[in-house]
Amino acid sequence: MEAFEILLQANFWAAAIRIATPLIFGVIGALICERAGVLNLGIEGIFVAGAMAGWLAVYLGAGLWTGVAIAALVGALFGLLHGLFTVILGLSQHVTGIGITLFATSAAYFGYRVAFPSVTEPPRIMAFQPLDLAALKLIPVIGPALAQQTALTWLAFACVALAALILYRTPLGLAIRAVGDNPASVDAQGLSVAGLRMGALAAGSALMALGGAFLTMSAFNAFFFGMINGRGWVCIALTVFASWRPEKALIGALLFGAFDAYQVRLQTLAGGIVPSQVFLMMPYILSIVALVLVARRADYPRALMKPYIKGER
Amino acid sequence: MSGIGEAVLRLEGVGKRFGALVANDAIDLSLHRGEVVALLGENGAGKTTLMNILFGHYVADEGRVMLADAAGAWSELPRGSPQAALAAGIGMVHQHFTLAENLTGLENIILGTQAWYSLRLSRREARKRIAALMRRTGLQADLDLPVDRLGVGERQRLEILKALYRKARILVLDEPTAVLTPQEAEGLFAAVRTLAREGLAVLFISHKLGEVLALTDRLVVLRSGRKVADRPTAGADRALIAQLMVGREVDVARPARAEPGRPVLVLDKVGAGQGRGRLSAIDLTIRAGEIVGIAGVSGNGQATLAELVAGLAQPIEGRMDLLGSGAPANPFEAIARGVGRLSEDRHRDGMVAEMSVAENLIMEQRWSKGVQRFGLIRRDAARDAAKVAIAAFDIRCPGAEAPLRLLSGGNIQKLLLARALAGAPRLILANQPTRGLDVGATVEVHARLRRAALEGAGVLLISEDFDELFALSHRIAVMHGGALTPAVAAQSLDVQTIGLAMAGQPGAVFEAAA
Amino acid sequence: MIRFEPRAAPSPLLAVTIPMAAAFGSLLIALAILKLTGTPVLSAAGLLVNGAAGSLFALTETLTRATPLILTGLAVTVAFRARLWNIGAEGQLYAGALAAVAVGGGQIDAPAFILIPLICLAGAAAGALLLLGPVLLKARLSVDEVVTTLLLNFIVLLVVQMMLEGPMKDPMGMGWPQSIPILDEAALPRLFAQMRLHAGLLIALAAALGVHLLLGATVLGYEMRAVGGNPAAARFAGIPVDATLAKTALLSGALAGLAGASEVAGLKGYLTADLSPGFGYSGIVVAMLAALNPLAVVPAAIFAAGVFVGADTMSRTLGISNYFADLTVSLALLCVLVGSLFLRYRLRWVGRR
Repeated sequence: MEAFEILLQANFWAAAIRIATPLIFGVIGALICERAGVLNLGIEGIFVAGAMAGWLAVYLGAGLWTGVAIAALVGALFGLLHGLFTVILGLSQHVTGIGITLFATSAAYFGYRVAFPSVTEPPRIMAFQPLDLAALKLIPVIGPALAQQTALTWLAFACVALAALILYRTPLGLAIRAVGDNPASVDAQGLSVAGLRMGALAAGSALMALGGAFLTMSAFNAFFFGMINGRGWVCIALTVFASWRPEKALIGALLFGAFDAYQVRLQTLAGGIVPSQVFLMMPYILSIVALVLVARRADYPRALMKPYIKGER
Repeated sequence: MSGIGEAVLRLEGVGKRFGALVANDAIDLSLHRGEVVALLGENGAGKTTLMNILFGHYVADEGRVMLADAAGAWSELPRGSPQAALAAGIGMVHQHFTLAENLTGLENIILGTQAWYSLRLSRREARKRIAALMRRTGLQADLDLPVDRLGVGERQRLEILKALYRKARILVLDEPTAVLTPQEAEGLFAAVRTLAREGLAVLFISHKLGEVLALTDRLVVLRSGRKVADRPTAGADRALIAQLMVGREVDVARPARAEPGRPVLVLDKVGAGQGRGRLSAIDLTIRAGEIVGIAGVSGNGQATLAELVAGLAQPIEGRMDLLGSGAPANPFEAIARGVGRLSEDRHRDGMVAEMSVAENLIMEQRWSKGVQRFGLIRRDAARDAAKVAIAAFDIRCPGAEAPLRLLSGGNIQKLLLARALAGAPRLILANQPTRGLDVGATVEVHARLRRAALEGAGVLLISEDFDELFALSHRIAVMHGGALTPAVAAQSLDVQTIGLAMAGQPGAVFEAAA
Repeated sequence: MIRFEPRAAPSPLLAVTIPMAAAFGSLLIALAILKLTGTPVLSAAGLLVNGAAGSLFALTETLTRATPLILTGLAVTVAFRARLWNIGAEGQLYAGALAAVAVGGGQIDAPAFILIPLICLAGAAAGALLLLGPVLLKARLSVDEVVTTLLLNFIVLLVVQMMLEGPMKDPMGMGWPQSIPILDEAALPRLFAQMRLHAGLLIALAAALGVHLLLGATVLGYEMRAVGGNPAAARFAGIPVDATLAKTALLSGALAGLAGASEVAGLKGYLTADLSPGFGYSGIVVAMLAALNPLAVVPAAIFAAGVFVGADTMSRTLGISNYFADLTVSLALLCVLVGSLFLRYRLRWVGRR
């Protein structure tokens, strides 16, 4: 049973985690925004902008971690722009999100073309290398798989823990959970609804940008057009699947990564009988399936997509 | 009642205008320790604006808010800052609760009381302090369940605890009894009296004159943004207060004698819905020409009953007969059968704010010959029909083509009433028909419903307002926990009996009718 | 602080000037960005205008480009008016194009007066059916249609690629992934000799007029608007909400599918996987620029098309990336969003005393 043996290969699990990493960043980012009551459909474009910004910074000579910081900063700025439209001005979150995606994507592509007017082969950078943690090798299968991961994957794991900690163990997290459920509750207690939502958007969007940066700085080591390819939208679906909980987001992303890595390997087994596009479709179909599975009992944050205007009910 | 202490709050000449509208006009008001003051006025009299200024949500155009600290030194409350109001000890319990329903009671109370950048949430100390508060005031609430699993009474106690936890010295209660049974309201009043004895100053906003007379020490009445009375409660009566609020004498009409005809609605052991709004085996008959009132605290199944009649829900058991046939399969069928419907929440279920007055008026008749031909809307016909309705129902609006969002609540309700009555319905569902309306609009809506009954329609009135129930109903039934008492002639009932039935203890009057 | 005061109803003058100001503003911002890259802005702007409208040829090119944008803009307009968030016009366009090739690629041999309507119907039907799925999922299982329509865009494009490498591959295509060409009888006629402008424009203009009449003058359009305005109130008043949304989906998807059929049958003659440079997404911009008014979709689409066509000329001459056009169009969406605020509200500065 070759199809089953795949599950015992460290390389398979390494690939699964690699596929999952940008999604972890994206889902945690999306759930922070949505927990605060804002649907951020700018995610797809913020992925692109983060991928481009981090990669370009390193290409121009910045350190890897400086590149990561720049990517996060760019993401946060797009998040604040989203907030200006949806939180301060109370405009449609759907349309604004699509607008941010179109704007961030075209700005990144345009910027890339300004920097590299006529390259055919995308320039490469010296990217993050796997952290060879000797101790991990003692664990079977998963250990060697983890040993192949770079610092950014570990950062993604850390973000899950941090997000869970902040949401459930700090006054700030309490306020974020409250503002996405009933902003009036936060307002009545003297906290700023706009401040909390803007902060959540900035932080969440920064994480989304890191998801993009992982792709150019740890996976492909270069920037090219169409590289995000719907990953952002997949994250929005996975956020619903994870019922807006960081720990479930981690599980969801890893599950997704495993499915995706598995079907790629099946593809080589299938050996050209099935067109390759069928396999490429899998992530999108999986996302829709994931949505359908949970949609009925999805417990959306009650104030999601509802702008808050003081004194109005 | 213990003595009333020194002043803690003074509003001095507070004024606020919105465009041409003067919401508050040079209002002076003082509040003392240990005193319960009623703030009265019709909708639009300026109460909400004044409270928003006090709480820092609005900035006053003129005047100032002065507060005395614990030592008795006066200072001005910073403008437009809810934080400052909270810090100064002003606590507000809004009519619509400001609780996050996914959080527990404890989390709601401590929300915003710890520095947001703090790295840990100290629940234990908070729990101790809240427990002490509960013991002292008698206000009990579950602290560990998510708020969406608590009842309204418990949520309200949480709101008050929230204010007390922040060491409130002034407590504003905005329509606190709107959602409570009379018995729950009694419990609330006992707690308020205790708090006042301990030195809290309480500002009590209410429409219910009986409560105001029973609870408060002093009355402040606003009319059209101006303070028109500030006097001790002792010596005042309902008639006087009503006159102060409206500025003229109000006569309370009684229901006209009914000559009930054939049944228009029969429910026989009907069960429907699920969860908290479930109906179990209810019996109800409404005849042509009579108005039957359904009393009860909302959330006890009234919504499901309304949905059955409106065509939005179907019975899962029992027999339903509506105007000679079974339960309507959808709202379209209900309308076609001759049911006129007023929804409970006109903003949620009644109006399309961005569409015009005329478009909203034709919504239920859109397929009728007068409005369309071959699927094309006859705009002129629709506009003319709208103009007739606007005149007949005295709907104040900029015109038939103006978007509905520009109209006031009372005028929107009159429009919806015009729409519901347009097809000369034989059964009328009036679900909270005057909620949030001022006295003038209420009188008009009541007159329309009475006339419809006189002309032979049966009316199903669902209301939480006792005055309304007694003013309109020939018979009254009470709903509690999805069960319905028999409908009893209104003359043989009083508020106390209905209140007990609302709490699940129908007395002998109801049992005799069964 | 700023205060928003609701306006009674925007004056017609304002309703026209604000979107125009937004479009113009987006161009200015984009040119300012161009300035940062060290490009001579004045000559760039000149080339842009010249490329979009400087000659009869340029004008017909702009109108050619505007044709699919009018149709996708209408698709988005119809859907958004009923508050159905169809972000999948891109996928529906490709579905329509695929159907057009399937019908017009030689399997059916018929004269033009049969084949052309057939190809349009097939494209419309394919787009309509593609949107029906997400709407049924929404109605039956409350699955958010935003994500499903977005994801379907990627799935449909992969299906197209699969067909281009498989059953629909052009054997004469010298290895290029392009479809078999459609029959000459299936091609939409050109409007002028020597120009690429085709009868698809007339279809698009007729569609704009049709959607305008539907939304404004029919009971069905009225029901769509009521459902978009307040679904709960619409349901209460006896409007079948799910059925109305399904009809909206069929119409919206059909318009986007028609865009794909018109591109294949009017312009390209065959299908490739790069048939649409984001016409579906630009349709959202066009619809918002038009403030969801079907007749205004036409000028809004011509503006967006002009930016795309003009930017092509500009980029060829000055060596600037034509992503400049995407940048401008996306900025137009953000600008018109801000502009919509001025339509509904009067902004007033209120001093805190």
